[in-house]
Amino acid sequence: MQEIKREILISKAAELLESGVVDRVLGWKAGEFDYDVTPAMFHNADELEKEFVWNDFCGANFSKYLVNETGKSENKVLVFLKPCDTYSFNQLLTEHRFDREKVYAVGVSCNGMLDVNKIKESAESIASISMETDKVMVDTLYDGKITFERKDVLSERCINCKSKKHVAYDELLGEDGDVVDSSRFDEVEKLEKMTPDERFAFWQKELSRCIRCNACRDVCPACTCEKCVFDNPNSGIENKAAANSFEEKMFHIIRAFHVAGRCTDCGECSRVCPQHIPLHLLNRKFIKDIDNFYGEYQAGSEVGSRAPIVNYTTEDLEPGEAVERGDGNA
Amino acid sequence: MQINEYKPLIVAFCCNWCSYAGADLAGNNRLNYPADVKIIRVPCSCRVNPMFILRAFQRGADGVIICGCHPGDCHYTSGNYYTRRRMALLFSMLDYLGIERERTRVEWVSAAEGAKFAATMNDFVEKVAALGENKRLEDLRCKK
Amino acid sequence: MRKISIDKLYVLFSSIAESSKLYIPVDTKAGAKFEEWESGKTLSNALNTVRSTKDFFFPQTENLMDFKVEGKNIEIIDTRSESEDFVIFGVRACDVKSFEVLDRVFLSEPVDSYYKNRREHGVIISVACIKPAETCFCGTFGIDAADPEGDVVCYKTDDALYMDAKTEKGKKLLDSVSCLTDEADTKACDEQKELIHERFSKLPLANLSADAFGSGKTSEFFDAPEWRELSQSCLGCGTCTFVCPTCQCYDIKDFNTGHGIRRFRCWDSCMYSEFTKMSAGQPRLTQLERFRQRFMHKLVYYPTNNDGLFSCVGCGRCLSKCPIQMNIVKVMKKLGGKENAAN
Repeated sequence: MQEIKREILISKAAELLESGVVDRVLGWKAGEFDYDVTPAMFHNADELEKEFVWNDFCGANFSKYLVNETGKSENKVLVFLKPCDTYSFNQLLTEHRFDREKVYAVGVSCNGMLDVNKIKESAESIASISMETDKVMVDTLYDGKITFERKDVLSERCINCKSKKHVAYDELLGEDGDVVDSSRFDEVEKLEKMTPDERFAFWQKELSRCIRCNACRDVCPACTCEKCVFDNPNSGIENKAAANSFEEKMFHIIRAFHVAGRCTDCGECSRVCPQHIPLHLLNRKFIKDIDNFYGEYQAGSEVGSRAPIVNYTTEDLEPGEAVERGDGNA
Repeated sequence: MQINEYKPLIVAFCCNWCSYAGADLAGNNRLNYPADVKIIRVPCSCRVNPMFILRAFQRGADGVIICGCHPGDCHYTSGNYYTRRRMALLFSMLDYLGIERERTRVEWVSAAEGAKFAATMNDFVEKVAALGENKRLEDLRCKK
Repeated sequence: MRKISIDKLYVLFSSIAESSKLYIPVDTKAGAKFEEWESGKTLSNALNTVRSTKDFFFPQTENLMDFKVEGKNIEIIDTRSESEDFVIFGVRACDVKSFEVLDRVFLSEPVDSYYKNRREHGVIISVACIKPAETCFCGTFGIDAADPEGDVVCYKTDDALYMDAKTEKGKKLLDSVSCLTDEADTKACDEQKELIHERFSKLPLANLSADAFGSGKTSEFFDAPEWRELSQSCLGCGTCTFVCPTCQCYDIKDFNTGHGIRRFRCWDSCMYSEFTKMSAGQPRLTQLERFRQRFMHKLVYYPTNNDGLFSCVGCGRCLSKCPIQMNIVKVMKKLGGKENAAN
């Protein structure tokens, strides 16, 4: 359960609308069920009261919406940001993708978001979901009531949360946390320790499920190109559906490389993948390598920082050495 | 006894200001290196986009090598430093995906190093030949 | 009506698989999925598969023909291989209905011979949904989950599978396995039908109505101000389209293989910025227009051209897969006027 209550967010939003600081609020709208919340714009206190929700399924990262939203009006938009979202927020500012002056950012402390797919693994048909501090009670259509420990149904990215600290905000609701000593690279290390054959088999299997829906790209706050090469018929590599295993790899390697050094590890790509491909393991490999080869670097931790991939020193290691070191066995 | 006559196809991206001239020098000096090395001239090694490398594999390359000026000698001051970082990360990623690490390489070869160019190519071709055909980054549509 | 005991199911499967490929839904790490049956694979109990069964007749990518160019000669190579018969077991009522939606597009003139070929070779064994998910709303479109269509219709109880042939193809299939099955009465099935109806009536979306939509309603909805709000958070990805059993748009492209040209078709999505791009550009410039196109097509345009048949079957896949949880149900409730006001 989230510590900050829905009512606190609503009253903050209503107050800012009332005083004219902002003229619209980017928030979450209730859905058909207890878990399907949709990002939506609210314009007045009435709408907020009726449909605004803040619960354990409000996982969407709002930073990317600001790119379009700030272009629509001269007035400020209120956006609620979880700690991980603020990293994307800073990274987009670093890349000059939106106008900071047109945003009023309210940081909201976060206890981690739930993964409805994990719930559905044992509670297939969800009639309703209710929360207690560290329990999630699910009423199912056919299997009665099932109670989960909250930690068992947390999203992968929240289990491996890298920071509870807001790195950007105008105002903060709740307590600010600290950068967390996460174990987010454990899975990457496990893969690095495998033999090349095993790694190949692993990725072949995972990536073969890709249906090229582009959800990972379209949700990614680092993917804000006006025209993606994969959508451009003149690029020579445009393809609407992955025709074979080469194209699956091509798409995901190029996408991961393109966001390397800019990816804040917000985990949206893995959250939205309809085929549950662990895409964050590609991004984390780049993050881990960058830390390992060129010194620790967290994209988005401050505005204006220069990513290691667009930087160099005369003493950098050679690509051949990098591969040796990158496999985790050296 | 010859078991197979497999000859790998190698794509070499060579910087116009150094290794491309190095290849010329190797030729002038009649130094042998396999004809299966296809050279693509680029204005600087940092012109090589990761996509070029993947597409070379897609189009049937068994190995891809990038040759640039020695660090510090870049015609454009710093291009090859960027190449070094990019390729370090890309090659590490390819290795992570289980693609044989011997199929990719970066070498610094100056215009004066015709012998090094030939030796590098001979060595690279030999290593790739030992691996056999590129199966892990192949596009079956492009096979004859 | 024939029956076979549940613990003999694998005997039935192996018998069918002897003469043709058999596909059944199996559990994988990433949800249930249709896979070719082989010894050891067991039937999934999941409420639905992640991808729909349209893949069998209209695959995501499909090679249409190859061109070989030599000098001034262009040789056209037909790459079609004669399809073999195949059997799909465990198709839900909604997915069977989706074949009718696809048929009306692909089998009307000019007939799509690639699709037709597969359709003729496929035998569909449907299974009545005893456990609909909370996202199911096939009833909205007049589909009776207790009485699915298909070549063979099955009812799965705790201890037996009841099978009823509905077409010649189905009859032939059941005859070929008649030595494994016994004659049965319809009592168990009737009981199950009742249970299914009861369960469907209690689903969260049981009262969703499509009455406001349908043939000829373009002017009522096209300029509705609600589209702006509905589409504002749409990412423009193709997830809903690609998991949808009735989305049938595709693109045809040429791939230069280096030694020829391969002409293939692949699924396309009206949510993409490049969709139906012509020399003059893309006719739908904003995500609002693209978003509207998808739902207008399903709820208005398609019924207009197809005797009122909706091109949504209520399978609920888009409800569970959309990254931002926007879907046809939310659209229908927002636009659907008083019919849905109470829900």
